[in-house]
Amino acid sequence: MSELVLARLQFGSTTIFHFLFVPLSIGLVFMVAVMETMYVVKNQEVYKKMAKFWGHLFLINFAIGVVTGILQEFQFGMNWSEYSRFVGDVFGAPLAIEALLAFFMESTFLGIWIFGWDRLSKKVHLACIWLVSLGTVLSAFWILAANSFMQEPVGFVINNGRAEMNDLFALLTNPQLLVEFPHTIFGALATGAFFIGGVSTYKIMKKQEVHIFKKSFDIAMVVALIAGMGVAFSGHAQAKHLMESQPMKMAASEGLWEDSGDPAAWTMFALIDSENKENSFEIKIPYALSYLAYEKFKGEVPGMNTLQAQYEEKYGEGNYIPPVNTTFWSFRIMAGTGIAMIFAAALGLFYSFREKLDANRWFLKGMTVLIAFPFLANTAGWIMTEIGRQPWTVFGLMTTAASVSPNVSKGSLLFSLIIFTTMYAVLAGVLIYLFVKEIKKGADHDSVIGHSASVDPFDKEAYNL
Amino acid sequence: MIVLSELWFVLVAVLFIGFFFLEGFDFGVGMSVRLLARDDVERRIMINTIGPFWDANEVWLITAGGAIFAAFPHWYATMFSGYYIPFVFVLIALIGRGVAFEFRGKVDSRKWAKTWDWVIFFGSLLPPFLFGVLFSSILRGMPIDKNMNLSAGFSDFVNVYSVTGGITVTLLCLLHGALFLTLKTTSEIRKRARGFAGRLIWVVLASLTAFVSLSAFETDLFTVRGNITLPLVGLIVASYGLAVFFISKKRDGWSFAMTGAGIALTIGMIFTALFPRVMVSSIQSAYDLTVYNASSGDYSMKVMTIVAVSLLPFVIGYQIWSYYVFRKRVDEKDLTY
Repeated sequence: MSELVLARLQFGSTTIFHFLFVPLSIGLVFMVAVMETMYVVKNQEVYKKMAKFWGHLFLINFAIGVVTGILQEFQFGMNWSEYSRFVGDVFGAPLAIEALLAFFMESTFLGIWIFGWDRLSKKVHLACIWLVSLGTVLSAFWILAANSFMQEPVGFVINNGRAEMNDLFALLTNPQLLVEFPHTIFGALATGAFFIGGVSTYKIMKKQEVHIFKKSFDIAMVVALIAGMGVAFSGHAQAKHLMESQPMKMAASEGLWEDSGDPAAWTMFALIDSENKENSFEIKIPYALSYLAYEKFKGEVPGMNTLQAQYEEKYGEGNYIPPVNTTFWSFRIMAGTGIAMIFAAALGLFYSFREKLDANRWFLKGMTVLIAFPFLANTAGWIMTEIGRQPWTVFGLMTTAASVSPNVSKGSLLFSLIIFTTMYAVLAGVLIYLFVKEIKKGADHDSVIGHSASVDPFDKEAYNL
Repeated sequence: MIVLSELWFVLVAVLFIGFFFLEGFDFGVGMSVRLLARDDVERRIMINTIGPFWDANEVWLITAGGAIFAAFPHWYATMFSGYYIPFVFVLIALIGRGVAFEFRGKVDSRKWAKTWDWVIFFGSLLPPFLFGVLFSSILRGMPIDKNMNLSAGFSDFVNVYSVTGGITVTLLCLLHGALFLTLKTTSEIRKRARGFAGRLIWVVLASLTAFVSLSAFETDLFTVRGNITLPLVGLIVASYGLAVFFISKKRDGWSFAMTGAGIALTIGMIFTALFPRVMVSSIQSAYDLTVYNASSGDYSMKVMTIVAVSLLPFVIGYQIWSYYVFRKRVDEKDLTY
C-alpha cells in the first residue's frame, strides 16, 4: 500500500468513527435541553429525571466525540500537509473560528451544567444546556463551511500557488453550505430522536419506568418526524444543487455511464461493472431522476462518460470518475434508511396518540433495531459526499494524490493507523458497555444510590447530573 | 504599524500561554491522582477539582492549532507533518485522558477506576512532556528543507536539550497542579499538596536552570533577542523565588499565581526567542519558517483578527464566570457538589 492509500484509510476510518458520535451528540443535547425546559416550565420531577438520564448517555457519547475531534483537527497537518499549505488560508479560518466561537462555549457551559445542578438557579442552569446545544450547532456550521469549500470552492483567489481567501461572506453563503448544513443538522436531530425512541421502546417493552419512557418516546417521535421531513427536503435540495456543482458525483451516485436521455429514469438497483464502464442489470423508475435533478418530469442527466470527456478537456488527462459502486450504494443506503425512518416516526406517533404502543410488540422491537438506521444513513451520506468528490480534495483545484504529506513515511502511517484503529475499537467497546449499563440502570438510579451508603459518596455526587 | 502576521504570532503565543497556564494545572492534578492521592476518595476529590474546567482548558490547545492553521498554514503543515509520531502520542494521551475523566466514575469497580486512573496519569504526563520536547527542538532547529518540509531523525527529536525541555515543562505543570490542589481542597490533601509543592519546587528550579543553561549552548535564545530574553529569565527566577517564599508562608493563592506567572513567562520566553521565526531550520537559516513567509494572505488575517478580537473577551468572560461558580473548595463532606 502506498502512503496515499494509508493516509486515506486513516482519514476515512477516523472521520467515519468521529461522525458516529457527532450527530448523536447534537441530537441528544437538543432533546435534553427540550426536556429540561419542560422541567423548568412545568416543574414536574419526571422531566428532570428524563433530562438527567438522557444527559448521562449524552455525556458518555460527547466525550468520545470531543476527543476524536482533536485528532481530526491535527490530522490535516499531519497527513495532508500539502493540502494544508494550499488551502490553510481559506480552510483554517472556519476551523479556528469554530474553536473560538463554538468549542469554548460547549466545553465551558457543559462543565457548568454537569457540576452545576445545585449551584445555579433553575433558569441559569437551563440556559447552560441551551448554550451547549447552540455550540454544537455552530460547530457543525463552521465545519461544514470548511467542508463545503472542498465541494464547491468559493470566495478565494489563487495567489503564489495557494488558495487565498478574498470573501468570507461568499464562504458563508456557499450554495453547497446552504443545502449541506440543514441536511446535516436535521440528520443529527433525527439521530438523537431515534436513539431516544429506540431505547425508550426497549424500556417500555421491558415494562420498566414506563411513564418516563413513554414521555421520552413522544418527544422523540415529534422531533423524529419533523427532522425526518427536514432531512428529505434538504436532501432533495442538495441533489438538485449537485447537478450544478458536481454533476459527476450525481452521475456516479446513479451509476449512469451514458447520458440518461430525456426524461431521465431513476435506477433503483444496478449491478455496476466499473472496469468495463457498464451496468449488467438495472431496475428503473421512469421520470424519477429528472425529478430528483430538476424538480420536473423532464430533463436529461449527463452520464459519467460525457463528463469524463468534459473534465479531461478542462483539467487535463486523468481519471475523474469516483469509485462508482461505493457512491451508488451509499446513496441508496442513505435514502432508503431515511425513508424508513420517516415512516417509523409517523407510525410511532400514530400508535402513541391512539395509546396502542404497548400492544404492538413488533413495533417496539422494530424501533429498537431502528436505532442503527440514522447511523447507517449518516455514515453513508458522508461516504457519498466524500468518495463522490474523488479524485479531488478541493473540487477542480487540488487532487487527493497531491494533498498528502510528502515527508511522512509509510512506517509512521502504518503505526498511527494501527494505534488509532485499535484505540477506537476499544473506545467503541467501552461506549457500548457503558450505554447498556446506564440503560439497564434506568432513569431512577440517582435517587436509589442516594439512599444506599455508597463506598465513595463523592462518586455519585461527581456525576450527579 | 504592526503587521498582522506579527500580531497573530502574539495571539498564537497568548493561546499557548493560556493553554499551559490552565491545562497546565489540570495536567498537574492529573499526575497527582497517582502521585499524591492515598485512596479512592482522595482521587475522586482531586479529579473533581478540575472536573468542570479541564475540557474548556483543552480548547485553548485546539484553538491554538486552529489559529496556526488559519494564520500560518505553512507552520501548521510543517510542524504537524514533521512531528508526526510525537503528535500521534499527544493524541493518544489526550484521547485517553478525556474519556477517562468521563468514564472513571461510571462503573462501581476498583479495577475499573484504577485502570482509568493510570490513563489519566499518563494522559496528563505525556502531553506537557511532548510539547516541551517539541518547543525546545523547534528552538534548537530541525532539518527543514527548501520546500518547507521537515524530515527529521530520532536524534533531532530526542536529545539532551529537548528531553530537558520536556522534563522541565512537565515539572512546571506538576508544581502548578499541586498548588491548584492547595487552593481547591481541604485538610489532609491540602497539607500534603503544599508539602509536596514545597519539595518539588527545588527540583523545578534545578530543571529550569539546566534548561536555560543548555539553551545558551544549544540555541540562540540569548544572542538573537538577548535584551528581552535575559530580563525574562530574571522574571522567571523571581517568580519561582517568590513561589518558594509564599509556599513556606502557606499563602496558597500567591504561590499559585507565581507558578502561573512562571509558566507564562517560560512559554513567553520561548516564543520571544523564536520571533520572527516560527520554526528554525538546522540546514540553513534561509529555510527558516517565519511569520512572514509562513503566513496567510492579508484578507484572511484581517477577517480572523476581527473575529478573534470580538470573540475573545466573551470567551474569557464566561470562563472566569465558570471558575466563580465553582469557587468553593472540594471535600468529601460536601455532598451537594
